[in-house]
Amino acid sequence: MTADMTSVVDFPMRRPGASFPPEQYARFREQPGLVRSRLPTGAVVWLVTRHEDVRAVLTDRRVSSNPTHDGFPSLLGKTGGVPSPDTMPGWFVALDPPEHDRFRKTLIPEFSVRRIRQLRPQIEQIVTDRIDAMLAKGDEADLVADFALPVPSLVISSLLGVPEVDRDFFEAKTQTLVRTTATDQEREAATKELLRYLNRLIKIKSKRPGDDLISRLLAAGTMSQAELSGVSMLLLIAGHETTANNISLGVLTLLMHPEWIGDDGVVEELLRLHSVADLVALRVATEDLEIGGQRIRAGEGIVPLVAAANHDEAAFGCPHAFDPSRSARHHVAFGYGVHQCLGQNLVRGEMAAAYEALFSRIPGLRLAAPVEDLPFKYDGVLFGLHSLPVRW
Amino acid sequence: MEINVDRDRCVGAGQCVLSAPDVFDQDDEGLVTVLDPAPAAELAEDVGQAEKICPAQAISVQKG
Repeated sequence: MTADMTSVVDFPMRRPGASFPPEQYARFREQPGLVRSRLPTGAVVWLVTRHEDVRAVLTDRRVSSNPTHDGFPSLLGKTGGVPSPDTMPGWFVALDPPEHDRFRKTLIPEFSVRRIRQLRPQIEQIVTDRIDAMLAKGDEADLVADFALPVPSLVISSLLGVPEVDRDFFEAKTQTLVRTTATDQEREAATKELLRYLNRLIKIKSKRPGDDLISRLLAAGTMSQAELSGVSMLLLIAGHETTANNISLGVLTLLMHPEWIGDDGVVEELLRLHSVADLVALRVATEDLEIGGQRIRAGEGIVPLVAAANHDEAAFGCPHAFDPSRSARHHVAFGYGVHQCLGQNLVRGEMAAAYEALFSRIPGLRLAAPVEDLPFKYDGVLFGLHSLPVRW
Repeated sequence: MEINVDRDRCVGAGQCVLSAPDVFDQDDEGLVTVLDPAPAAELAEDVGQAEKICPAQAISVQKG
């Protein structure tokens, strides 16, 4: 690894557009082994770009998600500080089995296919209300601020059992977390306020349980109150901007390919094509192992790139084409292995409900700016749109 | 075709239910259950997909 540092590439790389991962990924997939790359922190890590190798990394028990291990990669300076299990109890995406499993197993029934189907009318109501509000305002909107961001925030607050009267507060604070113009101080303050609010909510629910996730987790008795507020915060953060970005990028892609509006394959193909969480699955090797013909030593950071995997020709023909008729279900947009997105069926439900309602209620929906002028999140950990001006 | 699932490995993603809803379901704990352990041959493709995409690699299918 020290023999040839000239082959170390800088990372992350910029995407050329909405539907394309960075151009370099195609070359990386062709190279034998993995790719050495340097993060903004100066740390050197392995990039994993082939579909098969990404799945191998994410299912290998010698590979850890726990950032307290030496050598764990960090994109810090770009994330505004990510919590870890030692700073926030219940932040179980950063725990390995078996510690991880207590949290996941308790939460699984809340996000099963059946449960999300039961939630669909609530999701549709939230979507309908946001569309009503957009239509009432006039004949144009920012589909990100007016629709894509509030919908998942309102869905999560309803799921957690946040009372109606507190939804505006809850939504305003969650917006601060993802607003790029917010300062680190504002974001930290919003995080603290949300945690304080969630702690209070958990206390109320422990006395007066309702028909909601927090009440059921309290009844299950597998988590402390501190863990429960960390879990609630994680659900909120993990399900907010990710979903919003998928909704808004999906609307854009469908506006450019209207012939596919209403097709059953749309959601899965959009998830694959945009792969918004390309930089999210950071890992470190806890033992020596070999992936894709590359020797990885214990303590070396690994970054499996889901957008690279989802645009691997070996797994998807014509990978840059938007083709909802393809079978795209083996994409890894939600990750793979034990940490694969817990809320994936909720995201699918929100995306489907959003497209269905938007295009039927507003048949004249169109872009209010040229595609090349749209502000994509080139600099974010999550890919998406800062705003999406539309009119009708 | 014979299907076996490992409920200890299952992480409840529900991908098998989406791939082959007549063969797989999630119980009240959200874990995989098999509705039809020996499905008809025409479901082989859907079942194969469920096996392939299961994030916990908890499904095994024996062809026969």
